[in-house]
Amino acid sequence: MLSERKLKNVTNNLPVLMAAIVLIALLFMTLAGPHLVNYHPEAIDLHHLKQPPGRSHFLGTDSVGRDILSRIVYGSRISLAVGILAAALSLAIGIFFGLIAGYFGGKTDAVLSQFFDIFLAFPSLLLAIGISAVMPPGLLSAMLAITLVGWAGFARLVRGITLSLKEQTYVEASRALGARPSRILYRHILPNALPLLLVAGSLRVGGFILLEAALSFLGLGVQPPTATWGSMISLNRAYINSAPWMVIFPGVAISITVISFNILGDFLRDKLDPRMQV
Amino acid sequence: MLQYILKRVLLFIPTLLGITLITFILMQSLPGDPVLAMVGERSTPETIARIRAELGQDRPLPLQYLGYLKLLSKFELGRSIHTNRKVADDLLQKFPNTLKLGLTALLFASIVGVGLGIIAAVKRDTVWDRLITLVSVGGISVPVFWLGLALMLIFALYLRWLPPSGMGNGSLLYIIMPAVTLGTFSLSYIARITRSSMLESLSQPFIAAARAKGLPETSVVLKHALKNSLIPIVTVIGLDLGSYLNGAVLTETIFGWDGLGRYALTGILGRDYPVIMGVVLFGAVIFVTINLLVDVSYHFLDPRVRIKESR
Repeated sequence: MLSERKLKNVTNNLPVLMAAIVLIALLFMTLAGPHLVNYHPEAIDLHHLKQPPGRSHFLGTDSVGRDILSRIVYGSRISLAVGILAAALSLAIGIFFGLIAGYFGGKTDAVLSQFFDIFLAFPSLLLAIGISAVMPPGLLSAMLAITLVGWAGFARLVRGITLSLKEQTYVEASRALGARPSRILYRHILPNALPLLLVAGSLRVGGFILLEAALSFLGLGVQPPTATWGSMISLNRAYINSAPWMVIFPGVAISITVISFNILGDFLRDKLDPRMQV
Repeated sequence: MLQYILKRVLLFIPTLLGITLITFILMQSLPGDPVLAMVGERSTPETIARIRAELGQDRPLPLQYLGYLKLLSKFELGRSIHTNRKVADDLLQKFPNTLKLGLTALLFASIVGVGLGIIAAVKRDTVWDRLITLVSVGGISVPVFWLGLALMLIFALYLRWLPPSGMGNGSLLYIIMPAVTLGTFSLSYIARITRSSMLESLSQPFIAAARAKGLPETSVVLKHALKNSLIPIVTVIGLDLGSYLNGAVLTETIFGWDGLGRYALTGILGRDYPVIMGVVLFGAVIFVTINLLVDVSYHFLDPRVRIKESR
């Protein structure tokens, strides 16, 4: 029955729709942040310490009276900026080396692939800890650490795609016409690989946001008093019994954001290539 | 077969060299004296002088790297800045605790993950399927450290069923929450792959044959379908073992579990570089070793892999 199928279609896509709405709202929140909240995220208010969620402080206040909602709104900027920029940057690096390794093959491929494998040999958080620990902590070090952790995975993916695309007849034709490798890579292989790569990138944004949160939870990311979701949880951990909202809400913010990215990434992947389904 | 294993082991060597090269570069990029960063400021002057001589700081960097490798081959990872204990000793002392936590988490993730995956596949497109899919997306999206705190809040502070933290001299009650926290991420992947792998098996002709033979549905699902779905499931479990080391850093921090992860945190908080680099290096070596073992064991377990390799 048509109506039944329609209904099924809606329930199937409901999570995707919700994820899209959440991400648009989040983007809006990130851009319009200062106009949305009544309190400065770093404003200390000693008269309103550890206030539970209520009318004046919608999500309560922390141990020095800072407004949790305002800190979450400002913290979203760091999470999104690091997650998205690190994904874009590591994708760009991965594309560059992956194309070269896949197209030229032979010794070039062997050496580059060995490099990819070395970076992939580290458990991701441990490598990110090692990299950010030797740099002055901050936004830049977190972003760099996550990029260096992420690029090799993309490079290996791009290499694989390039290997299969370079056997296509249109690439062969272009080569027969005397096109240089750089032209073939840029004009023929990259455009055909791009949709797949964008999906792979979008699937990783959630993971990168989690990695950033973990680094700031460990004290390695953006430093206090600047609000980040991860550091809000680690700084307020001691109050989990007496004032759980200080820990609960930042975690809810991270979870909702990452779930939305993951649902959207899964959806894009299924649309693009059903065979890639896990 | 032997040839394949030999090849894999030989490929292991450049990977190990690469890992040490990266930790070497990281230590060189520290501000200040890399020898002090490596051995710890509180080492005796003789040790510092000895390491300095072995590294040969006035020599060019490649030779210094060789010196670093020589030190590593003697398990010389320096001393903690704060406790002045040998990092290598600390690592070996903490590792069994992490291993115990990791194996318990693995057990939990495998059993629950495979179970949920089977239910989702058998009850395809029902509410159960949707719910399990949602849980498995949630499991990879929720920050480990927050999940741990949330469980602690519910089960230790509100319900008082479980102790909030610590190791409790090996009492099983203490390992439940850390293991669930650490295993959830992996569980989600396992549930996903089990579902899709089971769906594929269930659509095969031999399942129809088994049903036509009149076998009970449980036997069809558990014996015939599951057995044929196992390989991708085992692959995911094997490939994901390294992620337990990531999760352990956060889980152990939350629950005061005295393993490698918590040791890493003390290193981070104290800017104790010998400790941090020791854990990073040790973690990577364990990770690649596990991967090697997983790869080689496939070779024994699955004839299909063997055929693919020999082609």
